[in-house]
Amino acid sequence: MTAKLTALAAAVIAAAASISAVPAAEPKHGGILRIYHRETPPSLSIHEEATFSVNVPAMGLFNNLVIYDQHVPQNSMQTIRPELATSWAWSKDNLSLTFKLRHGVTWHDGKPFSAKDVKCTFDLLQDKAQDKFRKNPRKDWYANVADVTINGDDEVTFHLRRPQPSLLAMLASGYTPIYPCHVSPAQMRTHPIGTGPFKFVEMKQNESIKLVRNENYWKKGLPYLDGIEYTIIRNRATAVLAFVAGKVDMTFPTEMTKALIADIKKQDPTAICEIKPINVNTNLIVNRDSPPFNDPQLRRAMALALDRKAFIDIILQGEGDIGGTLLPPPEGVWGMPPDVLKTVAGYGDVNKDREEARAIMKKLGYGPDKPLKIKVSTRNLATYRDPAVVLIDQLKQIYIDGELEPVESSAWFAKVARKDYSVGLNLTGNGIDDPDQAFYENYACTSERNYTHYCNKDLEKLFDQQSAETDVDKRKKLVWEIDKKLQEDVARPVLFHARTGTCWKPYVKNLTIMSNSAYNGYRFEDIWLDK
Amino acid sequence: MGTYIVRRFALMLLTLFGISVLIFVMLRMVPGNIADILFDAAGMIDVSEKAKLEHELGLDKPIIVQYAEWISGLARGDLGYSYVSEKPALDEIAPRIPITAKLAGLALAFSVIFGVPLGVLSAVKQNSMLDYVLRVVSLSGLSMPAFWLGLLILMVFVSAFGSIPIYTDPPQGFWSALGLYSVPAAAVGFRSSALVMRLTRSSMLEVLRQDYIRTARAKGAADWMVNYRHALRNALLPVVTVIGIEAAFLMGGLIVTETVFNIPGVARFLVEAIRWRDYPIVQNLVMFIAAVAVAVNFLIDLLYAVLDPRIRYAS
Repeated sequence: MTAKLTALAAAVIAAAASISAVPAAEPKHGGILRIYHRETPPSLSIHEEATFSVNVPAMGLFNNLVIYDQHVPQNSMQTIRPELATSWAWSKDNLSLTFKLRHGVTWHDGKPFSAKDVKCTFDLLQDKAQDKFRKNPRKDWYANVADVTINGDDEVTFHLRRPQPSLLAMLASGYTPIYPCHVSPAQMRTHPIGTGPFKFVEMKQNESIKLVRNENYWKKGLPYLDGIEYTIIRNRATAVLAFVAGKVDMTFPTEMTKALIADIKKQDPTAICEIKPINVNTNLIVNRDSPPFNDPQLRRAMALALDRKAFIDIILQGEGDIGGTLLPPPEGVWGMPPDVLKTVAGYGDVNKDREEARAIMKKLGYGPDKPLKIKVSTRNLATYRDPAVVLIDQLKQIYIDGELEPVESSAWFAKVARKDYSVGLNLTGNGIDDPDQAFYENYACTSERNYTHYCNKDLEKLFDQQSAETDVDKRKKLVWEIDKKLQEDVARPVLFHARTGTCWKPYVKNLTIMSNSAYNGYRFEDIWLDK
Repeated sequence: MGTYIVRRFALMLLTLFGISVLIFVMLRMVPGNIADILFDAAGMIDVSEKAKLEHELGLDKPIIVQYAEWISGLARGDLGYSYVSEKPALDEIAPRIPITAKLAGLALAFSVIFGVPLGVLSAVKQNSMLDYVLRVVSLSGLSMPAFWLGLLILMVFVSAFGSIPIYTDPPQGFWSALGLYSVPAAAVGFRSSALVMRLTRSSMLEVLRQDYIRTARAKGAADWMVNYRHALRNALLPVVTVIGIEAAFLMGGLIVTETVFNIPGVARFLVEAIRWRDYPIVQNLVMFIAAVAVAVNFLIDLLYAVLDPRIRYAS
């Protein structure tokens, strides 16, 4: 018997070895990749928009100075690769970052790329140029950049006010393409010109976005595809059926839920589907200036009432992660590990925490007969409304009687900005998995996106300290300390980090879905179709 | 007749003017404008940038001035620019009209071709098995939600044929277009034909009880002659009215069908434009739909005189 088993095992190993010895198929040129798009993007000018509805179709039009490796799912400092830059170097004092630029790169209209284009791009982003963006949602990313200087046509230097290693991470994001000097921001919105692997053909509202192969792409032999066509399908049920029927080769990235994936796999077992975190967290926002929520004890009780696992089980059928501000490991680079997370108030035993919360509420004068009546405001979108309903149910456990207030989407941020809410539920997406972006954007005293107006000057000093820290391990410790403090201060308690899915047909080769950001993985230059 | 047409035409213009005021005011009463929506997508409120954008688009001008600019532009054939695509509104709207017109035309043809004869049949064979079956079919057509029927059709196509009849590229040629539009047109036409069928049936039943029908039968006229020549012509008056209303509705009311079958027509575009508060698109598109509705009603009025010689408009 043992001999038979040994023989069988040997045969299996031999078979496996023979399979792995088969060389990977050679990439083929040609074909149009068809993807459905969930909506008409506001424009294809990446710098002016803040949704990956733009990044997905537009990233292929451009190049960055540096880019996250498109085939390593986890974006990190170690996966940053040169693109329009051939190399980079920090000065000894870490106050300047110099890039050597690639020769022989041309824009889609045939004009040559040079260092001037890099300077123009950052002048636009920093509002220093004569031309202006209509919207400039990420100008804060470059607040620490004092100046960008050029040295001839092939060298550019970023001068910083203080050391900030994460600048490189921001430059590697899908949100940081280089724009041409000679094309106005207005034209970039309607007919973008880039140096990327694909050229813009047309965007028809509600219909399609078409890109065609850039024959003069500076990476010789790439892209493999003749083009990419995004068919805009607003109705998700139709889109899923279109994918199953083979009308499109790929779903819109990160758009599939666990239930939809099960449905797809049932109808098309050959489909390849992946569920991954997208670095978007759902969080509780409390107006700290509005009584009785100006009482830190009440805010603490609310944070203690949260059962994060229940949110994930109910809303995402288990496809989510518990964490703080930063996406938790293993996919997240900077998030608190489980042993740190369990030391944070509100992340332990739910029943025990709720007991404590009820005691606080009773001390504040509330109880089963005298609940605190509140409105829970949120955007009138299912991704906001559904968790808000679960939140209301959980707050009931501690004598808070919530009523859902769905707010028209266009009025939501204006309402939050003028503090016209007491308790709300919000979603926060992170363009890159880096503490600088998350902390400064959401918790800095003067940030427009600091919706709760949480302001802790001491903590802000720690923001700067971690930002300037070049030792990754030391920086991580600082980041965890800050994240823990933010959760315990009920600055914006994170309820969960969602995981969502993408499906594609097996003949779509070389596609990698990023696991810690939904904004950076769509260059698509070496994707090919095996059919 | 000539005086009537001139009077009706003047009334049409007055109606359209009223609609223009109504749509203009109502649109501005909806919370938020394009600047709010654009900044909302960025999750931020930058007051100065927002004000700059509002100024650039003329949204900070008094509402009367904005209205006057729109109407004078409309009179010159200048519909303005889409706030979203920054292309001329006419270039955005014009290509969508034939798409919806084809779908609506086909759906209307479906409803008339099936609705009228089956309605007549149902009335002539009142209380027979055929009548019961047709009544159940027409009731189900009226009660079935369009999105449900549309998705059901798509699911059947995918599981039975492995293909999906949705719009992804403009069809090339007549047969390709017919193939593409006939499935959604059938989905829309099913509901529409059910309405026409029920109305034709009840109208026919009423007419069939009239004295002149009895007289015709007494004179020995053949059944088909009585039913189709004498009865149907008179029974058609209310049916024509409903068909006209349906025609006007189909030009702007196919939002669900256009969404489910992914057809880039007028209705879906209108809803999207409302979502973006793209005023130039919404205003002009609603005016176009209103003009179609008013014109169709005008034509129906004229058609009455053809169908019923007793109707005269001279007075």
